[in-house]
Amino acid sequence: MTRSGFVFANLLRKKTRTVLTLLSVVTAFLLFGLLQAVNVLFSAGADFVGATRLVTQARVSFTQPLPMRLLPQIESVPGVDKVMWQQWFGAVWQENTQLIFFATDPGRLHSVYPEYLMPDQQWKAFAETRTGMIVGRNLAKQYGWRIGDKVPISSNIFPQKDGSKAWTFDLVGIYDGKDAEWQRNTNLGWINFAYFDEANQFGSGRAGTFTLRLFKPDQAARTAQIIDAMFENSPDETKTQTEKDFNLGFFKQIGDIGLIVRWILFAVFFTLLLVVGNTIAQSVRERIPELAILKTLGFTDGNVLGFVLAEAAAICVIGGLLGLGVATMIGIAIGGGGNFPLAVDERVWITGVIAIVGLSLAVGLLPALRAGRLSIVDALAGR
Amino acid sequence: MLRQTIAITLLSLRSVPERWGPSLVIIVGLAGVVAVFTALLAMAEGFQSTLKSTGRDDVALVLRGGSSAELNSGLPRDQATLIKQVPGVRQGGAGEPLASAEMIVIAELLKTGDKTGSNITVRGVEPAAFALRPQLRIVDGRKFQPGLRELIVGRGVAQEFEGARLGATLRMRGSDWRVVGVFESGDANESELWADVEVAQTTFNRQGFSAVRLQLESAAGLKTVKDALAADPRLNVDVESEQQYYSGQTRQFRQTIGMLAGVVTLIMALGATFAALNTMYAAVGTRAREIATLRAIGFGGTPVVISVMIESLVLALAGGAIGALLAYLLFNNLAVSTLGANFSQVVFQFKVTPMLVQRGLLIALVIGMFGGLLPALRAARLPVTTALRAA
Repeated sequence: MTRSGFVFANLLRKKTRTVLTLLSVVTAFLLFGLLQAVNVLFSAGADFVGATRLVTQARVSFTQPLPMRLLPQIESVPGVDKVMWQQWFGAVWQENTQLIFFATDPGRLHSVYPEYLMPDQQWKAFAETRTGMIVGRNLAKQYGWRIGDKVPISSNIFPQKDGSKAWTFDLVGIYDGKDAEWQRNTNLGWINFAYFDEANQFGSGRAGTFTLRLFKPDQAARTAQIIDAMFENSPDETKTQTEKDFNLGFFKQIGDIGLIVRWILFAVFFTLLLVVGNTIAQSVRERIPELAILKTLGFTDGNVLGFVLAEAAAICVIGGLLGLGVATMIGIAIGGGGNFPLAVDERVWITGVIAIVGLSLAVGLLPALRAGRLSIVDALAGR
Repeated sequence: MLRQTIAITLLSLRSVPERWGPSLVIIVGLAGVVAVFTALLAMAEGFQSTLKSTGRDDVALVLRGGSSAELNSGLPRDQATLIKQVPGVRQGGAGEPLASAEMIVIAELLKTGDKTGSNITVRGVEPAAFALRPQLRIVDGRKFQPGLRELIVGRGVAQEFEGARLGATLRMRGSDWRVVGVFESGDANESELWADVEVAQTTFNRQGFSAVRLQLESAAGLKTVKDALAADPRLNVDVESEQQYYSGQTRQFRQTIGMLAGVVTLIMALGATFAALNTMYAAVGTRAREIATLRAIGFGGTPVVISVMIESLVLALAGGAIGALLAYLLFNNLAVSTLGANFSQVVFQFKVTPMLVQRGLLIALVIGMFGGLLPALRAARLPVTTALRAA
């Protein structure tokens, strides 16, 4: 019998116990995977946008629109390559489903966000169709929209000139992201600003917020400073930050999700530590005479320690990987839907594997050391 | 049989301290499940109770049609005047309608110890606003003076945001505002900054209002007001009682938290059930000889089943109670804030209610029952002779 075979044979001796312990580990890591994915979404989730873009908003808050007349001044700041603006549309689909829609200039959107991939003729159609809109792949998939559809979308903010809040847009393009991360973040829709600005009742001239593409990311802090200094003490004071900070700040406002998630993870892990640790300690206790016999047969202290540690690790590794696997599948199943793209990706797996190793050591080490230090005479005598 | 059951149960419960390790697994496992469950739902409960107590059923809130939140709404000055004149509104002392046209904007403030700003509602109000909210009292400083750039702040905001303490100066759109008072209301109003509406309109370059609040003759008067406003062709507005408006805002938050609590509790409960099963199997295993002896001297199978079940339930209940207590000690009255319907922060407190504790304990009992059932049956079916002979 090989050594690994011996470890497995020991695990299979009390099948019920092993299976039950394994299942607790699986559920714990399933929860770990899902919660960690939420954590990543809220903390590191904004990483992929990079630091080449700045967002300029009204200093009072981003809900206060900045006027269009700031545009030439922002464009003239050295280091700024391209500038676009976006106005929150307050889009509502059917009865009461809020969607993320912005009004913007199609050409500028294309140049500021090269990460959005769409055929050239669709970009052209978006620029040329006044009532045009484009949506991300996930959004189109969720509502079954196809190019050429006339989509009725109302706004809970902007009425048209006749007072009606029901708008209709022609879907002229569906964009995708350049990589997996950008593809997950295709839950937005864009409408043509020129049409929106002319047709809404409140008149024109409001740009909303500006998004700036820089030549080099290392200019971000300096450029932001210059812009904010330019408008200081005017009624339209600005606050400029990187797109990443802007997104992080927004998520953070939903509440300290990260903190709550960490509390839950802590509770889960503490519970788990006790369950698995206790089971392994018990199985070592029951087998003390056997372990003594192993030593009598010539296995070293290190060997015996290794057997017990390997048993603990086997349960943690098998259970942990299974749990993370199930979490990943659930992530794939629900990943596309909703405004929050949840994904159990490599970052979750890395922390997951670290947790597995940590757990193996935490629950295996004490019983293993005990088994390793066992004195043969005492153990055989049942003392 | 009852005597047998009691005897065996007492016997097994008394031996629990000798098996502390395994028993602790059930207790800790269930404490974890119940603590997480109670804490999550206490958050939803606190949010809901804050918003629910904010709205009154005899105050009507008038928004532009289809706006769904005050922030999205806008009413020009002439329409606001029309709305105030609608029949069914109570008259004030001088015969004017008790109504307040209000304007809200959002300002970014820094939370104490934070680097990114959080959105706070700044509400411009007319004098009648205080009569419409009798629960609101100034607890520190004084009211703002009409025509001056002065603010009063809710207690919740004053506590969480360092820039909004009494005496502080806030900079909005190139002008300085002084905080001259702190008010208390025990509801969502406490998450706001208040100012004179005329001054706010000038500063933020707005002509109109966000919403009009009307003091109704009675709660039943809502329909009169609704019908009258719907019949006016110059207006396109939505009318709700304040209470309906605020309750509606909690729906999404409750759903989100409810779902999170459901999923997390379900998965954790599964894990805890496996752990409980393990423990009880082990308990039955170590006591196999003792149980067999009892059976041999004439105790029936049913008392054995019941005693194992009771042991499992008692441990589960103890765990659940510890969990609920932990949630209470750590989270009850903990003040947190989240984004409300107006894209701005609502400060609220966790509320660990007796109802939540009850539900948490119920979950613990259910898990304890599942965890005890199979091992109990195994204990009862144990062949007496083999068990006695076993080591």
